[in-house]
Amino acid sequence: MSDEVPDELRYLESHEWIRVDDAAGTVGITAFAQDELGDVVFVELPNVGDTVAQEDQFGVIESIKAVSDLYAPVSGTITAINENLFDQPELVNDDPYGDGWMIELELADASELDALLDASAYAEQIA
Amino acid sequence: MSALRSPLHAVHDERGARFTEFGGWDMPVSFESIRTEHTAVRSDRGIFDVSHMGEIDVTGPDARELCQRLLTNDVDALAVGDAQYTTVTTEAGLLLDDTIIYRLEDDHYRFIPNAGKHTSMVERWESHREDWSLTATITDRTHDFAMLAVQGPTAIEHVDGHVAPTICELDPMTIARVTITGVDGWCATTGYTGERGVELLVPWDDAETVDAALEGTRCGLGARDTLRLEMGFVLAGNEFDPEHEPRTPIEAGLSFVVDLDAEPAFVGRDALAEQAATGSDERLVGIRMLDRGIPRSGYTITDGDGAELGHITSGTMSPTLGEAIGLGYVSADRADEGETVHVRIRDADRKARIVTPPFLEADDE
Repeated sequence: MSDEVPDELRYLESHEWIRVDDAAGTVGITAFAQDELGDVVFVELPNVGDTVAQEDQFGVIESIKAVSDLYAPVSGTITAINENLFDQPELVNDDPYGDGWMIELELADASELDALLDASAYAEQIA
Repeated sequence: MSALRSPLHAVHDERGARFTEFGGWDMPVSFESIRTEHTAVRSDRGIFDVSHMGEIDVTGPDARELCQRLLTNDVDALAVGDAQYTTVTTEAGLLLDDTIIYRLEDDHYRFIPNAGKHTSMVERWESHREDWSLTATITDRTHDFAMLAVQGPTAIEHVDGHVAPTICELDPMTIARVTITGVDGWCATTGYTGERGVELLVPWDDAETVDAALEGTRCGLGARDTLRLEMGFVLAGNEFDPEHEPRTPIEAGLSFVVDLDAEPAFVGRDALAEQAATGSDERLVGIRMLDRGIPRSGYTITDGDGAELGHITSGTMSPTLGEAIGLGYVSADRADEGETVHVRIRDADRKARIVTPPFLEADDE
């Protein structure tokens, strides 16, 4: 399961995914990334209303052993954060493309999506 | 230089281990997950390959004297079959290593330096033997023995099914010669997890035979680290390091293994006697986070108002407690249990409390 790369998502080389529905995007980290990190024990997320720029850091994820930065696949304004991760950070391990999502944002510029990897390019990167 | 490998490296690889470099050795950091492995040790048992630990034998009529002069604890307290935790210090009293020494026979001691320290420890023992005109034989056995730690509430019972004679009567902190699945080796009731358990020393070439007979959750260095941290045990390279974290045993909370009265006096004794009398400026403490955040090695400890009090040396999310814990050095005047401090995590000072390890009480399990 750790090599699952859903077709409908776009990816950053730093292992974040984004699912886009009109101008709204949902962001998380890939199955590969959570597997590399190991047991996720802490997630730090921005506040709703914050703005982020493409490839800027938007948060931090920590496993038992390691600390990693989280990067925004696109620019936008944060519209929701997954507060469940504060009490259940293991959701990132259990369901990285579902309940383990991290932020929702309103895209500032949909054309930024063109710079992201598609599923086959990302799959190739982690192969 | 390529990393050293345990005789079980290929076996670990087949089991799906992830590896990490540690002290010049390529060792498993985890198999399934650190949390799973950690929990297995606290509730049942886990099996660790700790062959990266060194073994040095010191034998001969003045073996005792040589060890006594190089180790801070009292070697004379050891009867045959006893184990003792102790440290190695410089003339200035700074920690070079911490180790377990076993007295195997009247004139036969074996001590277990940390990964990567065996060569420098052999050299240290040899050069001081010359300085003091002693005759003890010093033998590096690091590549003669594999070491397997079986730790957890069911560890001794399980290992007992594979050894002769029985090990159920062994006191904690002792060692006995045993046959393990037909292989001659040693069984020590020592460990680094806070659980009951044993450490098995077996001939390098028989490691696979012994390993194959043992059943339990295979554990890597990741769980070894979280387990020791919950107990507040120091880790060489983190809580002390001759280059990056020069500390005395007194600063590191290891005064209980410093015997200033042992004869003959050990190297570093006078410096430590002075520090014991005057007190140290800083002290190793336990840190339990009150605000959200995980203390990590190198983070600054502050008073919350901009003044720096010290720094973190180890930290993690405790799998047993579900709380963020760490060890660190702070000014002695702020080191009392219950004191509120802050840990600077990503530019924000987050509240924490100073506690006296172990973090884990018996009823937490």
